[in-house]
Amino acid sequence: MSSQVSVVDKREKSKVSSSSKEKVSRILNRYGMLFILIALIILMSILSPTFFTTGNLLNIVRQMSVVGIVAIGVTIVIITTGIDLSSGSVIALVSVAAASFAHPDTYPLIVPIAIGLGLGLLTGVINGTIISKAKIAPFIVTLGMMTAARGAALLITDGRPVGNLSDSFKFIGQGSVLGIPVPIIIFGVVGLISYILLNKTKFGKYVYAIGGNEQAAMIAGVNVDRYKIFVYGYAGLLSGVAGIILTSRISSGQPTAGVMYELDAIAAAVIGGTSLAGGIGAIGGTIIGALIIGVMNNGLDLLNVSPYWQQILKGVIITVAVFIDSRKNRKS
Amino acid sequence: MGQSFHQKINPIENGVKGMSRDYILEMLNITKEFPGVKALDNVQLKVKKGTVHALMGENGAGKSTLMKILIGIYTPDSGIIKFDGEELKFSSIKTALDKGISMIHQELSPIPNMTVAENIFLGREPSYGFTGWVKAKELEEKTRQLFEKLEIDIDPNAKMADLSIANTQMVEIAKAISYNSKLIIMDEPTSAITEKEVNHLFKIIRSLKKDGVSIIYITHKMDELSQITDEVTVLRDGKYVGTKPSTQITKDELIEMMVGRELNQIFNKKQVEIVEIKEVALSVKNLSKKSKFENVSFEVRKGEILGFAGLMGSGRTEVLESVFGITPPDSGEIYINGKKVNIRSTRDAIKYGMGLLTEDRKLTGLFLPLSVQDNMITVNINEYTKGGFLKQKKIHADCKTLSEQLAIKTPSLNQIIKYLSGGNQQKALIARWLLRDPDILFLDEPTRGIDVGAKSEIYNLIFDLAEKGKAIVVISSEMPEILGLSDRILVMHEGRKMGELSREEATQEKIMKLATGELSKV
Ligand SMILES: Nc1ncnc2c1ncn2[C@@H]1O[C@H](COP(=O)(O)OP(=O)(O)OP(=O)(O)O)[C@@H](O)[C@H]1O
Ligand SMILES: [Mg+2]
Repeated sequence: MSSQVSVVDKREKSKVSSSSKEKVSRILNRYGMLFILIALIILMSILSPTFFTTGNLLNIVRQMSVVGIVAIGVTIVIITTGIDLSSGSVIALVSVAAASFAHPDTYPLIVPIAIGLGLGLLTGVINGTIISKAKIAPFIVTLGMMTAARGAALLITDGRPVGNLSDSFKFIGQGSVLGIPVPIIIFGVVGLISYILLNKTKFGKYVYAIGGNEQAAMIAGVNVDRYKIFVYGYAGLLSGVAGIILTSRISSGQPTAGVMYELDAIAAAVIGGTSLAGGIGAIGGTIIGALIIGVMNNGLDLLNVSPYWQQILKGVIITVAVFIDSRKNRKS
Repeated sequence: MGQSFHQKINPIENGVKGMSRDYILEMLNITKEFPGVKALDNVQLKVKKGTVHALMGENGAGKSTLMKILIGIYTPDSGIIKFDGEELKFSSIKTALDKGISMIHQELSPIPNMTVAENIFLGREPSYGFTGWVKAKELEEKTRQLFEKLEIDIDPNAKMADLSIANTQMVEIAKAISYNSKLIIMDEPTSAITEKEVNHLFKIIRSLKKDGVSIIYITHKMDELSQITDEVTVLRDGKYVGTKPSTQITKDELIEMMVGRELNQIFNKKQVEIVEIKEVALSVKNLSKKSKFENVSFEVRKGEILGFAGLMGSGRTEVLESVFGITPPDSGEIYINGKKVNIRSTRDAIKYGMGLLTEDRKLTGLFLPLSVQDNMITVNINEYTKGGFLKQKKIHADCKTLSEQLAIKTPSLNQIIKYLSGGNQQKALIARWLLRDPDILFLDEPTRGIDVGAKSEIYNLIFDLAEKGKAIVVISSEMPEILGLSDRILVMHEGRKMGELSREEATQEKIMKLATGELSKV
């Protein structure tokens, strides 16, 4: 009998030790990418003396804020097992449309902003409506929007950029408040609002539920179609925000702006731990993912690495991140 | 009339009403056709207030379809539904839930990365007005109260993915009850849980009944009928057969209603004729896997059926999955026909002549979007290939023979397996391994969700296989099944082997004592 008791003890102990081990691996899983970001920053600081200066760090975040904002919208889309390929083209469309109403002494500042945001929202709602009502795969629908929105941007301006923007409009992308560039402030606000939406509200619960098991969400009486439209609409809206910032920063509406931004945004989301299989992902992770890309771009530039090599390195990093992510999911 | 929907049910008043012939639900002349299948043909179902009404019938009889119509997942082609005196035209599940009908679905559908509490209150999270800000504390607290009331011991903050199947089922049960519905549909709620949880569920059902709640109860388990239900309606091939009081119907009558013919005794186990001692086919020594099971040893002889009994989570499935190479063990030895083997993957296991029918058909068995035939040939695809091409004719012929032998109910072998009823999906998976013809076959809950007729066919199949010299290990949570099938029964408790019982000495009581850890016989 006593031998049996000891067996029980051993089992209990092994359970305890395995659970503390689990804790460590959970922390690594959760903050793994944060550690990698910190390691990258330390590495770059050692390699380049100009890297770790306030000016350069702010510069990195400012540069990444456009893709970062898009990536936040895309993250939410991906959590529902969707995808949005249209963001880059929507940025271009928003860019030329907003710029056309942002010449000095014409309309008040609110007009180009409203037009930009409204247009972004509209493209997203169209995406979401077709995806949920016509039951066409998100990849196809947003691929269509990607092509069409780019075409519309070129059509509106006949392929030419739109220049001569008002100072107040340029302030959005170029100004600072208390030493912090405005794009960073907007990025922070968007991040915070999205975090709250995703973690504190019903909307967020339904996003995760739809991604985790759409059938179950439907059975529980969740209006899946409506929430999908919200999700794509929100992603479109954030593309609008990004489009306005970008236009203001480069001081012109560009029909060729935002090329490949959708892929950078997806990369940021995936590096940040969002699972393309749906149901998993977090805003914090995506912001870290965007910063990792930003630090790499900037650091490699400072080190005079050729842009060709930079692309190859970026490709490797994305793949490794997905590999880590898939292993993590397999374990659980 | 509309007003009364929102009134709380008064138990006393309802007790009186329950005595009268007041129907909470009347479904009349319901017809529903899917492409190629007439799932329901003029079916009726009338449930009296405050009663438990059993709905029975063979696999594919149309039980789940009828219930999905009631809850608003499908719209019927024709027919009338009256609920609590009012005619219903459901457009969505939400309306059904709001009117006071909830359902435990046959196919469990947890959202794996969300917590238990979030799963239960999905779609009804307590929140602040239009902002939709979820009151996380209240959500947890409501779940805790619900569990307390139902005496369920699960952490509301646990991830669904970390729960056992039995606990997942208990969460689904709690969820259906949490709607405070007037009518709860339970589609085979006991197919994934053990005696202990079944008794727990019955206790819950009885107290629901006391509160005036009506229940539609779908099951394939005959003995549950007299234990818990008041009336039974039988469907056969999508048609209404009849409704009888549960107490007045005998098992044989019921089977006849369901099958349309008499069925011979379920267990015609080989007689006393002592099985000659054959050589050991599989021998497992001191198998251990950390925090799953420890020091498990057993052997199976050719022509023998070894039963694995134990409560849910006792490690039975894990042991077999380990031997089969899904999660290779940390330590221990495996011998096949006396030779030591090293099994690191399922491919190794299949190569050594093993087969495994997994316990969760949806998760680890079926390829839902593929046809019945493609699902059947999965393991055997090499044998059906010549020069890289599939031998279509032979495949079709073999699958056809088997599907007839197992009486798989499907419009054709090319039907997408997702659209088969649960029981018929299970049969297709058994067919998959029969095509492979392994020497050692592991069957994990082989008759889960299978009707009486098919059950006895499957039992006969298992006996046939044993007679042909196959070594068979069966995991089952159904006592009559494990007692009826096994030559020897191994009982596990919390990852340890508690003992072995021979066919002669095994009784339900002894198994339970070993399974609960009250007794050890090692
Ligand atoms: N969505 C669908 N598309 C096509 N056929 C379907 C669909 N759903 C069910 N069927 C068919 O309708 C018939 C009735 O199925 P149903 O699931 O209602 O049976 P059941 O009585 O619940 O059986 P079981 O006991 O096996 O669960 C079956 O022949 C099934 O193949
Ligand atoms: Mg069914």
